[in-house]
Amino acid sequence: MRFVDEFRNADTAHALAARIAELCEPGRQYKLMEVCGGHTHTIYNHGLEDYLPEQITLVHGPGCPVCVIPMGRVDDAMALAAEPDVIMTSFGDMMRVPGSNGSFFDAKARGTDIRMVYSPLDSLKIARQNPDKRVVFMAIGFETTAPSTAMTVLRAAAEGLRNFSIFCNHVTIVPAIKAILDSPDLRLDGFIGPGHVSTVIGCRPYEFIARDYGKPVVTAGFEPLDILQSIYMLMLQLSRGESIVENQYSRVVPWDGNPVALKAIGETMELRPYFEWRGLGFISHSALKVREKYAAFDAELLFSVPGVRVADPTACQCGEVLKGVLKPWECKVFGTACTPETPIGTCMVSPEGACAAYYNYGRLTRTRVKEASRS
Amino acid sequence: MCLGIPGEVIEFLPDQPDLARVDVSGVKRVINVGLLSDELLEPGDWVLIHVGFALSKIDEDEAAAALSFLQGIGQAYEDELAALQESRIE
Repeated sequence: MRFVDEFRNADTAHALAARIAELCEPGRQYKLMEVCGGHTHTIYNHGLEDYLPEQITLVHGPGCPVCVIPMGRVDDAMALAAEPDVIMTSFGDMMRVPGSNGSFFDAKARGTDIRMVYSPLDSLKIARQNPDKRVVFMAIGFETTAPSTAMTVLRAAAEGLRNFSIFCNHVTIVPAIKAILDSPDLRLDGFIGPGHVSTVIGCRPYEFIARDYGKPVVTAGFEPLDILQSIYMLMLQLSRGESIVENQYSRVVPWDGNPVALKAIGETMELRPYFEWRGLGFISHSALKVREKYAAFDAELLFSVPGVRVADPTACQCGEVLKGVLKPWECKVFGTACTPETPIGTCMVSPEGACAAYYNYGRLTRTRVKEASRS
Repeated sequence: MCLGIPGEVIEFLPDQPDLARVDVSGVKRVINVGLLSDELLEPGDWVLIHVGFALSKIDEDEAAAALSFLQGIGQAYEDELAALQESRIE
Protein backbone atom coordinates (compact mmCIF):
# COMPACT_ATOMS: atom_id res chain seq x y z
CA MET A 1 0.00 0.00 0.00
CA ARG A 2 3.01 2.26 -0.44
CA PHE A 3 1.22 4.09 -3.24
CA VAL A 4 -1.78 4.95 -1.08
CA ASP A 5 0.46 6.26 1.69
CA GLU A 6 2.14 8.54 -0.81
CA PHE A 7 -1.25 9.95 -1.76
CA ARG A 8 -2.17 10.55 1.86
CA ASN A 9 1.06 11.94 3.25
CA ALA A 10 0.19 14.92 5.46
CA ASP A 11 3.63 16.55 5.03
CA THR A 12 3.27 16.48 1.27
CA ALA A 13 -0.25 17.89 1.64
CA HIS A 14 1.00 20.78 3.78
CA ALA A 15 3.88 21.43 1.38
CA LEU A 16 1.45 21.52 -1.56
CA ALA A 17 -0.91 23.75 0.41
CA ALA A 18 1.95 26.19 1.08
CA ARG A 19 2.76 26.35 -2.62
CA ILE A 20 -0.92 26.90 -3.42
CA ALA A 21 -1.01 29.76 -0.90
CA GLU A 22 2.04 31.38 -2.54
CA LEU A 23 0.17 31.49 -5.84
CA CYS A 24 -2.78 33.46 -4.42
CA GLU A 25 -2.80 37.10 -5.47
CA PRO A 26 -3.35 39.32 -2.42
CA GLY A 27 -6.96 40.45 -2.13
CA ARG A 28 -8.25 38.09 -4.85
CA GLN A 29 -10.91 35.44 -4.09
CA TYR A 30 -10.85 32.21 -6.07
CA LYS A 31 -13.80 29.90 -6.72
CA LEU A 32 -12.93 26.48 -8.09
CA MET A 33 -15.65 23.98 -8.97
CA GLU A 34 -15.22 20.25 -8.53
CA VAL A 35 -17.66 18.88 -11.06
CA CYS A 36 -17.74 15.30 -9.79
CA GLY A 37 -19.54 14.02 -6.68
CA GLY A 38 -16.68 11.58 -6.01
CA HIS A 39 -14.34 14.54 -5.58
CA THR A 40 -16.79 16.21 -3.20
CA HIS A 41 -16.53 13.06 -1.12
CA THR A 42 -12.75 13.15 -0.92
CA ILE A 43 -12.79 16.87 -0.08
CA TYR A 44 -15.08 16.36 2.94
CA ASN A 45 -13.77 12.98 3.98
CA HIS A 46 -10.24 14.38 4.29
CA GLY A 47 -11.12 17.95 5.26
CA LEU A 48 -9.18 19.33 2.29
CA GLU A 49 -10.75 22.79 2.60
CA ASP A 50 -8.91 23.17 5.89
CA TYR A 51 -5.60 22.85 4.06
CA LEU A 52 -6.46 25.62 1.63
CA PRO A 53 -5.94 29.35 2.11
CA GLU A 54 -9.07 31.33 2.94
CA GLN A 55 -8.95 32.94 -0.48
CA ILE A 56 -9.88 29.67 -2.20
CA THR A 57 -13.43 28.35 -2.07
CA LEU A 58 -14.35 24.96 -3.49
CA VAL A 59 -17.76 24.92 -5.14
CA HIS A 60 -19.58 21.63 -5.64
CA GLY A 61 -20.84 20.92 -9.12
CA PRO A 62 -23.68 18.98 -10.70
CA GLY A 63 -21.77 15.69 -11.18
CA CYS A 64 -24.10 13.46 -9.20
CA PRO A 65 -26.23 11.43 -11.63
CA VAL A 66 -29.06 10.70 -9.23
CA CYS A 67 -29.23 14.31 -8.02
CA VAL A 68 -29.99 15.79 -11.43
CA ILE A 69 -32.96 13.55 -12.31
CA PRO A 70 -36.07 15.76 -12.19
CA MET A 71 -39.14 14.67 -10.28
CA GLY A 72 -41.20 14.34 -13.46
CA ARG A 73 -38.90 11.59 -14.77
CA VAL A 74 -39.25 9.66 -11.49
CA ASP A 75 -43.03 9.94 -11.88
CA ASP A 76 -42.74 8.76 -15.50
CA ALA A 77 -40.74 5.74 -14.35
CA MET A 78 -43.40 4.97 -11.74
CA ALA A 79 -46.09 5.11 -14.44
CA LEU A 80 -44.04 2.69 -16.56
CA ALA A 81 -43.57 0.35 -13.60
CA ALA A 82 -47.32 0.31 -12.98
CA GLU A 83 -48.13 -0.92 -16.53
CA PRO A 84 -49.35 -4.52 -16.79
CA ASP A 85 -46.69 -7.26 -16.78
CA VAL A 86 -43.84 -4.79 -16.28
CA ILE A 87 -40.80 -5.51 -14.13
CA MET A 88 -38.96 -2.24 -13.50
CA THR A 89 -35.25 -2.60 -12.72
CA SER A 90 -33.01 0.07 -11.25
CA PHE A 91 -29.66 0.75 -9.62
CA GLY A 92 -29.82 0.93 -5.83
CA ASP A 93 -28.93 4.67 -5.83
CA MET A 94 -32.17 5.44 -7.64
CA MET A 95 -34.44 3.52 -5.27
CA ARG A 96 -34.80 6.27 -2.65
CA VAL A 97 -35.15 9.24 -5.01
CA PRO A 98 -38.48 10.90 -4.23
CA GLY A 99 -41.07 11.40 -6.95
CA SER A 100 -44.30 13.25 -6.26
CA ASN A 101 -45.86 10.00 -5.02
CA GLY A 102 -42.92 8.56 -3.12
CA SER A 103 -39.85 6.64 -4.23
CA PHE A 104 -39.26 3.30 -5.99
CA PHE A 105 -38.90 1.76 -2.54
CA ASP A 106 -42.35 3.10 -1.58
CA ALA A 107 -43.89 1.77 -4.81
CA LYS A 108 -42.23 -1.61 -4.24
CA ALA A 109 -43.75 -1.71 -0.75
CA ARG A 110 -47.15 -1.02 -2.35
CA GLY A 111 -46.70 -4.11 -4.53
CA THR A 112 -45.21 -2.74 -7.78
CA ASP A 113 -42.59 -5.11 -9.22
CA ILE A 114 -39.44 -3.00 -8.96
CA ARG A 115 -36.14 -4.80 -8.59
CA MET A 116 -32.74 -3.48 -7.69
CA VAL A 117 -29.91 -4.55 -10.01
CA TYR A 118 -26.16 -4.03 -9.94
CA SER A 119 -25.76 -3.94 -13.72
CA PRO A 120 -27.99 -3.46 -16.78
CA LEU A 121 -26.79 -6.96 -17.70
CA ASP A 122 -28.58 -8.28 -14.59
CA SER A 123 -31.70 -6.61 -15.92
CA LEU A 124 -31.17 -8.37 -19.24
CA LYS A 125 -30.96 -11.67 -17.42
CA ILE A 126 -34.27 -11.00 -15.66
CA ALA A 127 -35.79 -10.43 -19.12
CA ARG A 128 -34.45 -13.77 -20.38
CA GLN A 129 -35.84 -15.55 -17.32
CA ASN A 130 -39.27 -13.91 -17.59
CA PRO A 131 -40.32 -14.15 -21.25
CA ASP A 132 -43.96 -13.38 -20.38
CA LYS A 133 -42.99 -10.11 -18.63
CA ARG A 134 -41.81 -6.79 -20.02
CA VAL A 135 -38.57 -5.79 -18.32
CA VAL A 136 -37.62 -2.11 -18.25
CA PHE A 137 -34.22 -0.84 -17.13
CA MET A 138 -34.17 2.65 -15.58
CA ALA A 139 -31.02 3.92 -17.27
CA ILE A 140 -29.39 6.81 -15.43
CA GLY A 141 -25.96 8.35 -15.20
CA PHE A 142 -23.40 10.42 -17.05
CA GLU A 143 -20.99 9.08 -19.65
CA THR A 144 -19.60 6.71 -17.02
CA THR A 145 -22.65 4.43 -17.14
CA ALA A 146 -23.99 5.23 -20.63
CA PRO A 147 -21.54 2.79 -22.34
CA SER A 148 -22.85 -0.04 -20.13
CA THR A 149 -26.42 0.70 -21.15
CA ALA A 150 -25.33 0.94 -24.79
CA MET A 151 -23.53 -2.41 -24.66
CA THR A 152 -26.57 -3.98 -23.01
CA VAL A 153 -28.88 -2.72 -25.78
CA LEU A 154 -26.46 -4.11 -28.38
CA ARG A 155 -26.46 -7.44 -26.57
CA ALA A 156 -30.27 -7.51 -26.37
CA ALA A 157 -30.44 -6.76 -30.09
CA ALA A 158 -27.92 -9.49 -30.90
CA GLU A 159 -29.97 -11.98 -28.88
CA GLY A 160 -33.21 -10.81 -30.48
CA LEU A 161 -34.73 -10.24 -27.05
CA ARG A 162 -38.27 -8.85 -27.39
CA ASN A 163 -39.22 -8.13 -23.78
CA PHE A 164 -36.40 -5.82 -22.72
CA SER A 165 -36.29 -2.04 -23.01
CA ILE A 166 -34.59 0.92 -21.38
CA PHE A 167 -36.08 4.11 -19.99
CA CYS A 168 -33.21 6.33 -21.01
CA ASN A 169 -32.23 9.16 -18.66
CA HIS A 170 -28.56 9.38 -19.50
CA VAL A 171 -27.16 12.88 -19.30
CA THR A 172 -23.96 14.43 -20.63
CA ILE A 173 -21.67 16.51 -18.46
CA VAL A 174 -20.37 19.13 -20.89
CA PRO A 175 -23.70 20.96 -21.54
CA ALA A 176 -24.25 21.14 -17.78
CA ILE A 177 -20.84 22.77 -17.30
CA LYS A 178 -21.67 25.19 -20.11
CA ALA A 179 -25.01 26.04 -18.48
CA ILE A 180 -23.18 26.83 -15.25
CA LEU A 181 -20.62 28.95 -17.12
CA ASP A 182 -23.46 30.87 -18.79
CA SER A 183 -25.36 31.33 -15.53
CA PRO A 184 -25.14 34.85 -14.12
CA ASP A 185 -25.37 33.54 -10.53
CA LEU A 186 -21.83 32.35 -10.19
CA ARG A 187 -18.38 33.43 -11.26
CA LEU A 188 -15.94 30.56 -11.28
CA ASP A 189 -12.18 30.72 -11.79
CA GLY A 190 -11.50 27.12 -12.80
CA PHE A 191 -12.66 23.52 -12.83
CA ILE A 192 -11.47 20.30 -11.27
CA GLY A 193 -12.54 17.99 -14.10
CA PRO A 194 -14.37 14.72 -13.42
CA GLY A 195 -12.30 11.55 -13.19
CA HIS A 196 -14.41 8.60 -14.30
CA VAL A 197 -16.49 10.47 -16.90
CA SER A 198 -13.21 11.47 -18.51
CA THR A 199 -12.07 7.84 -18.84
CA VAL A 200 -14.90 7.62 -21.39
CA ILE A 201 -14.97 11.06 -23.06
CA GLY A 202 -11.30 12.00 -22.56
CA CYS A 203 -10.14 15.58 -22.01
CA ARG A 204 -10.79 17.18 -25.39
CA PRO A 205 -14.49 17.98 -24.73
CA TYR A 206 -13.34 20.45 -22.02
CA GLU A 207 -11.19 22.48 -24.40
CA PHE A 208 -13.98 25.02 -25.07
CA ILE A 209 -13.96 25.93 -21.36
CA ALA A 210 -10.32 26.96 -21.58
CA ARG A 211 -10.52 28.44 -25.07
CA ASP A 212 -13.91 30.20 -25.10
CA TYR A 213 -14.40 31.00 -21.43
CA GLY A 214 -10.77 31.42 -20.41
CA LYS A 215 -11.06 29.08 -17.43
CA PRO A 216 -8.46 26.40 -16.65
CA VAL A 217 -9.55 22.77 -16.31
CA VAL A 218 -7.58 20.00 -14.60
CA THR A 219 -8.96 16.45 -14.71
CA ALA A 220 -8.23 14.93 -11.31
CA GLY A 221 -7.94 11.61 -9.49
CA PHE A 222 -9.78 10.78 -6.28
CA GLU A 223 -6.99 10.69 -3.70
CA PRO A 224 -6.59 13.73 -1.42
CA LEU A 225 -3.22 14.63 -2.93
CA ASP A 226 -4.63 14.22 -6.44
CA ILE A 227 -7.09 16.97 -5.64
CA LEU A 228 -4.56 19.23 -3.92
CA GLN A 229 -2.20 18.79 -6.86
CA SER A 230 -5.01 19.66 -9.29
CA ILE A 231 -5.77 22.80 -7.31
CA TYR A 232 -2.07 23.67 -7.46
CA MET A 233 -2.10 23.15 -11.25
CA LEU A 234 -5.19 25.37 -11.59
CA MET A 235 -3.65 28.08 -9.41
CA LEU A 236 -0.41 27.94 -11.39
CA GLN A 237 -2.34 28.53 -14.61
CA LEU A 238 -4.32 31.37 -13.02
CA SER A 239 -1.15 33.01 -11.70
CA ARG A 240 0.32 32.93 -15.20
CA GLY A 241 -2.89 34.17 -16.81
CA GLU A 242 -3.19 30.90 -18.74
CA SER A 243 -6.18 28.67 -19.40
CA ILE A 244 -5.60 25.20 -20.76
CA VAL A 245 -6.89 21.69 -20.12
CA GLU A 246 -4.52 19.49 -18.14
CA ASN A 247 -4.79 15.86 -17.08
CA GLN A 248 -3.62 15.19 -13.53
CA TYR A 249 -5.23 11.71 -13.62
CA SER A 250 -3.33 10.45 -16.68
CA ARG A 251 -2.62 7.15 -14.92
CA VAL A 252 -6.26 6.26 -15.57
CA VAL A 253 -7.69 8.85 -18.00
CA PRO A 254 -6.51 8.64 -21.63
CA TRP A 255 -6.53 12.04 -23.38
CA ASP A 256 -8.91 10.70 -26.03
CA GLY A 257 -11.08 8.63 -23.68
CA ASN A 258 -12.32 5.12 -24.46
CA PRO A 259 -13.09 4.87 -28.21
CA VAL A 260 -14.95 1.54 -27.88
CA ALA A 261 -17.27 3.06 -25.27
CA LEU A 262 -17.88 6.20 -27.34
CA LYS A 263 -18.66 4.07 -30.39
CA ALA A 264 -21.20 1.96 -28.47
CA ILE A 265 -22.95 5.12 -27.21
CA GLY A 266 -22.94 6.65 -30.70
CA GLU A 267 -24.35 3.48 -32.24
CA THR A 268 -27.32 3.13 -29.89
CA MET A 269 -28.08 6.65 -28.63
CA GLU A 270 -28.39 10.20 -29.90
CA LEU A 271 -28.72 13.61 -28.25
CA ARG A 272 -32.15 14.85 -27.25
CA PRO A 273 -32.98 18.40 -28.35
CA TYR A 274 -33.34 19.30 -24.67
CA PHE A 275 -33.74 17.66 -21.27
CA GLU A 276 -34.80 18.91 -17.87
CA TRP A 277 -32.24 18.78 -15.06
CA ARG A 278 -33.27 19.09 -11.47
CA GLY A 279 -32.43 22.60 -10.37
CA LEU A 280 -30.76 23.59 -13.63
CA GLY A 281 -33.93 23.56 -15.76
CA PHE A 282 -34.01 22.65 -19.45
CA ILE A 283 -30.59 22.35 -21.08
CA SER A 284 -30.14 21.92 -24.85
CA HIS A 285 -28.52 18.74 -26.14
CA SER A 286 -27.73 17.59 -22.61
CA ALA A 287 -29.17 14.08 -22.57
CA LEU A 288 -29.34 10.91 -24.64
CA LYS A 289 -32.21 8.95 -26.10
CA VAL A 290 -32.36 5.62 -27.90
CA ARG A 291 -31.68 5.85 -31.64
CA GLU A 292 -34.51 4.95 -34.01
CA LYS A 293 -32.57 1.90 -35.19
CA TYR A 294 -33.01 0.45 -31.68
CA ALA A 295 -36.59 1.70 -31.18
CA ALA A 296 -37.65 -1.82 -30.15
CA PHE A 297 -35.66 -1.26 -26.93
CA ASP A 298 -36.95 2.25 -26.17
CA ALA A 299 -39.45 2.19 -23.28
CA GLU A 300 -40.57 5.71 -24.17
CA LEU A 301 -41.91 4.40 -27.48
CA LEU A 302 -43.23 1.07 -26.19
CA PHE A 303 -45.24 2.53 -23.32
CA SER A 304 -47.19 5.71 -22.85
CA VAL A 305 -45.09 8.00 -20.68
CA PRO A 306 -47.01 10.86 -19.01
CA GLY A 307 -44.11 13.32 -19.44
CA VAL A 308 -45.61 15.81 -17.01
CA ARG A 309 -43.27 18.39 -15.57
CA VAL A 310 -43.35 18.38 -11.77
CA ALA A 311 -41.98 21.28 -9.77
CA ASP A 312 -39.50 20.46 -7.01
CA PRO A 313 -40.73 20.79 -3.41
CA THR A 314 -40.55 24.46 -2.51
CA ALA A 315 -38.54 23.82 0.64
CA CYS A 316 -35.82 22.04 -1.32
CA GLN A 317 -32.91 24.08 -2.67
CA CYS A 318 -31.06 21.29 -4.49
CA GLY A 319 -31.02 23.43 -7.63
CA GLU A 320 -28.94 26.11 -5.97
CA VAL A 321 -26.69 23.47 -4.41
CA LEU A 322 -26.20 21.73 -7.77
CA LYS A 323 -25.26 25.03 -9.41
CA GLY A 324 -22.85 25.76 -6.56
CA VAL A 325 -24.72 28.95 -5.62
CA LEU A 326 -25.57 27.64 -2.15
CA LYS A 327 -23.50 25.51 0.19
CA PRO A 328 -25.53 22.49 1.37
CA TRP A 329 -25.84 23.81 4.93
CA GLU A 330 -27.30 27.07 3.64
CA CYS A 331 -30.43 25.20 2.48
CA LYS A 332 -33.40 25.83 4.77
CA VAL A 333 -34.16 22.14 5.36
CA PHE A 334 -30.59 20.76 5.50
CA GLY A 335 -30.12 18.39 8.42
CA THR A 336 -33.53 19.16 9.86
CA ALA A 337 -36.42 18.12 7.59
CA CYS A 338 -33.99 16.71 5.01
CA THR A 339 -31.58 13.97 6.10
CA PRO A 340 -30.18 10.87 4.35
CA GLU A 341 -32.85 8.80 6.12
CA THR A 342 -35.74 11.01 5.00
CA PRO A 343 -34.43 12.98 2.02
CA ILE A 344 -36.54 15.74 0.49
CA GLY A 345 -34.06 16.54 -2.23
CA THR A 346 -31.83 14.39 -4.40
CA CYS A 347 -28.56 15.90 -3.13
CA MET A 348 -29.26 14.20 0.19
CA VAL A 349 -30.24 10.85 -1.40
CA SER A 350 -27.11 9.87 -3.26
CA PRO A 351 -23.83 9.25 -1.47
CA GLU A 352 -22.33 11.35 -4.27
CA GLY A 353 -24.61 14.27 -3.45
CA ALA A 354 -23.00 17.30 -1.83
CA CYS A 355 -25.59 17.43 0.98
CA ALA A 356 -25.07 13.77 1.91
CA ALA A 357 -21.30 14.28 1.87
CA TYR A 358 -21.58 17.28 4.22
CA TYR A 359 -24.03 15.49 6.44
CA ASN A 360 -22.15 12.18 6.68
CA TYR A 361 -18.80 13.67 7.58
CA GLY A 362 -20.24 15.83 10.33
CA ARG A 363 -18.43 18.87 9.04
CA LEU A 364 -21.45 21.07 9.42
CA THR A 365 -20.37 22.99 12.47
CA ARG A 366 -16.76 23.35 11.47
CA THR A 367 -17.57 24.51 7.98
CA ARG A 368 -20.24 26.87 9.23
CA VAL A 369 -17.78 28.50 11.58
CA LYS A 370 -15.22 28.81 8.83
CA GLU A 371 -17.74 30.20 6.32
CA ALA A 372 -19.04 32.68 8.89
CA SER A 373 -15.55 33.90 9.61
CA ARG A 374 -15.01 34.54 5.89
CA SER A 375 -18.03 36.74 5.34
CA MET B 1 -23.24 3.52 -9.16
CA CYS B 2 -20.64 5.96 -10.40
CA LEU B 3 -18.03 4.35 -8.17
CA GLY B 4 -15.27 2.56 -10.01
CA ILE B 5 -14.48 -0.66 -8.18
CA PRO B 6 -11.09 -2.28 -8.79
CA GLY B 7 -11.10 -5.96 -9.67
CA GLU B 8 -8.44 -8.46 -10.69
CA VAL B 9 -9.10 -10.52 -13.80
CA ILE B 10 -9.02 -14.24 -12.94
CA GLU B 11 -10.08 -15.83 -16.23
CA PHE B 12 -12.07 -15.27 -19.37
CA LEU B 13 -15.20 -17.30 -19.97
CA PRO B 14 -14.30 -19.80 -22.70
CA ASP B 15 -17.52 -19.57 -24.70
CA GLN B 16 -18.03 -15.81 -24.19
CA PRO B 17 -14.83 -13.82 -24.74
CA ASP B 18 -16.58 -10.57 -23.69
CA LEU B 19 -17.06 -11.91 -20.18
CA ALA B 20 -14.41 -12.38 -17.50
CA ARG B 21 -14.43 -13.62 -13.94
CA VAL B 22 -12.89 -11.05 -11.59
CA ASP B 23 -12.01 -10.86 -7.93
CA VAL B 24 -13.28 -7.77 -6.12
CA SER B 25 -12.18 -7.72 -2.48
CA GLY B 26 -12.60 -11.50 -2.34
CA VAL B 27 -15.95 -11.50 -4.15
CA LYS B 28 -15.68 -13.40 -7.44
CA ARG B 29 -18.14 -12.34 -10.09
CA VAL B 30 -18.50 -12.23 -13.85
CA ILE B 31 -18.23 -8.85 -15.58
CA ASN B 32 -18.23 -7.66 -19.17
CA VAL B 33 -14.86 -6.58 -20.59
CA GLY B 34 -16.13 -5.64 -24.07
CA LEU B 35 -15.29 -1.94 -23.54
CA LEU B 36 -11.60 -2.88 -23.27
CA SER B 37 -11.53 -4.81 -26.54
CA ASP B 38 -8.91 -2.33 -27.83
CA GLU B 39 -6.49 -3.32 -25.05
CA LEU B 40 -4.53 -6.45 -24.36
CA LEU B 41 -6.13 -7.84 -21.22
CA GLU B 42 -4.81 -10.89 -19.40
CA PRO B 43 -5.52 -12.77 -16.18
CA GLY B 44 -3.76 -10.94 -13.35
CA ASP B 45 -4.54 -7.50 -14.85
CA TRP B 46 -6.54 -4.99 -12.81
CA VAL B 47 -9.58 -3.13 -14.12
CA LEU B 48 -11.91 -0.43 -12.82
CA ILE B 49 -15.47 -1.75 -12.92
CA HIS B 50 -18.60 0.36 -13.32
CA VAL B 51 -22.02 -1.33 -13.11
CA GLY B 52 -20.70 -4.67 -14.34
CA PHE B 53 -18.43 -3.34 -17.10
CA ALA B 54 -14.66 -2.89 -17.00
CA LEU B 55 -14.14 0.71 -18.09
CA SER B 56 -10.36 1.04 -17.78
CA LYS B 57 -7.29 -1.03 -17.23
CA ILE B 58 -5.24 0.11 -14.23
CA ASP B 59 -2.07 -0.98 -12.47
CA GLU B 60 -1.94 -2.66 -9.09
CA ASP B 61 -0.95 0.52 -7.24
CA GLU B 62 -3.89 2.41 -8.69
CA ALA B 63 -6.15 -0.50 -7.72
CA ALA B 64 -4.92 -0.19 -4.12
CA ALA B 65 -5.55 3.57 -4.18
CA ALA B 66 -9.04 3.13 -5.64
CA LEU B 67 -9.87 0.50 -3.05
CA SER B 68 -8.71 2.71 -0.22
CA PHE B 69 -10.82 5.61 -1.58
CA LEU B 70 -13.86 3.31 -1.61
CA GLN B 71 -13.23 2.05 1.90
CA GLY B 72 -13.13 5.70 3.01
CA ILE B 73 -16.58 6.21 1.53
CA GLY B 74 -17.97 3.50 3.82
CA GLN B 75 -21.63 2.67 3.43
CA ALA B 76 -21.89 3.51 -0.27
CA TYR B 77 -19.07 1.08 -1.05
CA GLU B 78 -20.59 -1.62 1.13
CA ASP B 79 -23.89 -1.17 -0.71
CA GLU B 80 -22.08 -1.42 -4.05
CA LEU B 81 -20.25 -4.58 -2.97
CA ALA B 82 -23.51 -6.08 -1.70
CA ALA B 83 -25.13 -5.29 -5.05
CA LEU B 84 -22.20 -6.86 -6.89
CA GLN B 85 -22.56 -9.94 -4.71
CA GLU B 86 -26.17 -10.28 -5.92
CA SER B 87 -25.12 -9.86 -9.55
CA ARG B 88 -25.21 -12.91 -11.85
CA ILE B 89 -24.11 -11.63 -15.24
CA GLU B 90 -24.04 -14.26 -17.99
